[in-house]
Amino acid sequence: MRWFAPSWQALLAVVLCIGAGLLGVMSLPEATALAQPAASIAYPWAASKSLIFDAILISAAFSMMRVPPAVAALALFAGAHLAAWLLLSGIAGFEGTALAPFYLLMAAAWLLAWRCVTILSGLKPTHRLAKTLVGLLIPVIFGAWLLIIWEGVVRGAGIPFILLPPPSAIGARIATSVPILAADVRQTIFKAVIAGYAIGCGAGFLTAILADRVSFLRRGLLPIGNMVSALPIIGVAPIMVMWFGFDWQSKAAVVSIMTFFPMLVNTVTGLAESGHMERDLMRTYASSYWQTLFKLRLPAAAPFIFNALKINATLALIGAIVAEFFGTPVVGMGFRISTEVGRMNIDMVWAEIAVAALIGSVFYGIIALIERVVTFWHPSLR
Amino acid sequence: MDRTRDKVLPVLAILAGLVVVWYVGAMLLNAPFQRDLDRRAGETRGTVEFIGKTLSQPKPTLPAPHQVAANFFENTFLRKITSNQSLVFHAWITLSSTLLGFVFGTALGIAIAVGIVHFTSLDRSLMPWLIASQTIPILAIAPMVIVVFAAIGVTGIIPKSLISTYLSFFPVAVGMVKGLRSPELTHLDLMHTYNASPAQTLWKLRVPASMPFLFASMKVAVAASLVGAIVAELPTGAVAGIGAKLLSASYYSQTIDMWSALVAGSIVAGLLVTLVGWIGRLVDRSMGARPA
Repeated sequence: MRWFAPSWQALLAVVLCIGAGLLGVMSLPEATALAQPAASIAYPWAASKSLIFDAILISAAFSMMRVPPAVAALALFAGAHLAAWLLLSGIAGFEGTALAPFYLLMAAAWLLAWRCVTILSGLKPTHRLAKTLVGLLIPVIFGAWLLIIWEGVVRGAGIPFILLPPPSAIGARIATSVPILAADVRQTIFKAVIAGYAIGCGAGFLTAILADRVSFLRRGLLPIGNMVSALPIIGVAPIMVMWFGFDWQSKAAVVSIMTFFPMLVNTVTGLAESGHMERDLMRTYASSYWQTLFKLRLPAAAPFIFNALKINATLALIGAIVAEFFGTPVVGMGFRISTEVGRMNIDMVWAEIAVAALIGSVFYGIIALIERVVTFWHPSLR
Repeated sequence: MDRTRDKVLPVLAILAGLVVVWYVGAMLLNAPFQRDLDRRAGETRGTVEFIGKTLSQPKPTLPAPHQVAANFFENTFLRKITSNQSLVFHAWITLSSTLLGFVFGTALGIAIAVGIVHFTSLDRSLMPWLIASQTIPILAIAPMVIVVFAAIGVTGIIPKSLISTYLSFFPVAVGMVKGLRSPELTHLDLMHTYNASPAQTLWKLRVPASMPFLFASMKVAVAASLVGAIVAELPTGAVAGIGAKLLSASYYSQTIDMWSALVAGSIVAGLLVTLVGWIGRLVDRSMGARPA
């Protein structure tokens, strides 16, 4: 048995496949077609059924031979995704008619993808590019399977569209309503979030410097800042809408209040981070307060400041969108979400969420990149 | 004595400063409306009387602290707690869904962390999505979650606490991953020489080592959980809870009610965080931790 290297995921996938084969009928129309052989009834997977079984069984069997791990991973990747694609494309037009074998095959394909990810994470590529590629591929496969399972369950079980639309419908909605989405993003992100984020972070930073100079202020502000960061600040949204009106200014106000305190607390903590030795060294150089601040203490505080910037990136989005629930001109992501929920256009809501998540991730990613460049000296990045 | 001078005095001074700023702000913000009223009534007032008037409007732009305090006191202590005017009633509704969501979220976070620590493939594939999941403004889809669950006949506390769960699992998961990995290599090696199974290593070494991390992240999680519960009450005309109180007060521009609801929310948040911190200290002490 030197050529055989079993893995429980692949074995279980084979078992599920056999189970699906024994159960046989994969959908309700197929059962009808079998009952009335004379009538020509169209049913899903009429042509592709054997191909699905083949894809899963062959790739599972192949992955358990003693082949190089990269080859096994490639075979699993191809088999799992071919089977998933056939399963999903086959059910089009027959939503809600799938029977147990459909889910068994889906689960088998998912197990193969899991095995593929396990093999990939065991790989230790020496080349840098290959390493980055594998590091990206693993989470991408995971994310893709979240969507595949979502799509499969929603369409296989025929879950009503207004409860949970399949990802493909959301994607189609994004593609058809780009202008609306762009207008909402312009209103919410480019006007409210960016302005509020800049004001809140800037004010928090300056207050922290001030608190650093005046130690009485620091001792008073720090406990209050810590306490405030636990408060549901989002609740000031209706008040801000009342003060600053329906347009983006009120949302920017909410965002700046929400981002102020994390920035303040983190910067004050960060400014205390530089060691006594370094500060003494600066004193022997006869450097002024500002020289010490810019050349030693701010760089030492940079990881904390970036931490606050990252926390604030997500807070800012949430603040602006929730503030729009309390009143807004007829454009904006929060406005769109709350009105389209009322009109039961759930796919539009999900489209907005997808866009918001994408922007949030990009926002976070940009800050993380800047952090990499600025704090290249920090142990966690070296 | 030193403690008072160094810690309490600055905090009190800043708080006093905030109250003064609040009063001045209330005067300035309420003055235009009061001037308008006076002009229409054809009255002329002295400065002191005018200031007094700005601080006692029934629906001010910014209510003065004493107005909020009086309203808060009246709605908290003077009303029956079953009446839907009572802040205690609303706070309890919010608190119950906060706690349910927090318990679910903590359990989910711990489960994810244990999985991540034990399976490399889960670590490499799930961790990036965990971070990405937090860039989704989940609060924004709170209304939809509520509507969808209402459509399939689930209403009340469960959908609200799901929002809290989503917000609170992340800090716990990240903190616990850090905590479960905090035992030093020599300790893990020692467990290895004892021929301990992964489960034994988990229970006897990793879990005790992770306790400080768990409670630190639970403090963050409980605050997030409360925010989730409040926002989940905003949409779809929830009838009770601090969020619903905020929303209805904002519809009728009852600013004083709005502020006292905010105060109630803050007090609940403070109590929850303090409680978690206190339990954390208790657990620490019972496990024999020495103050560092």
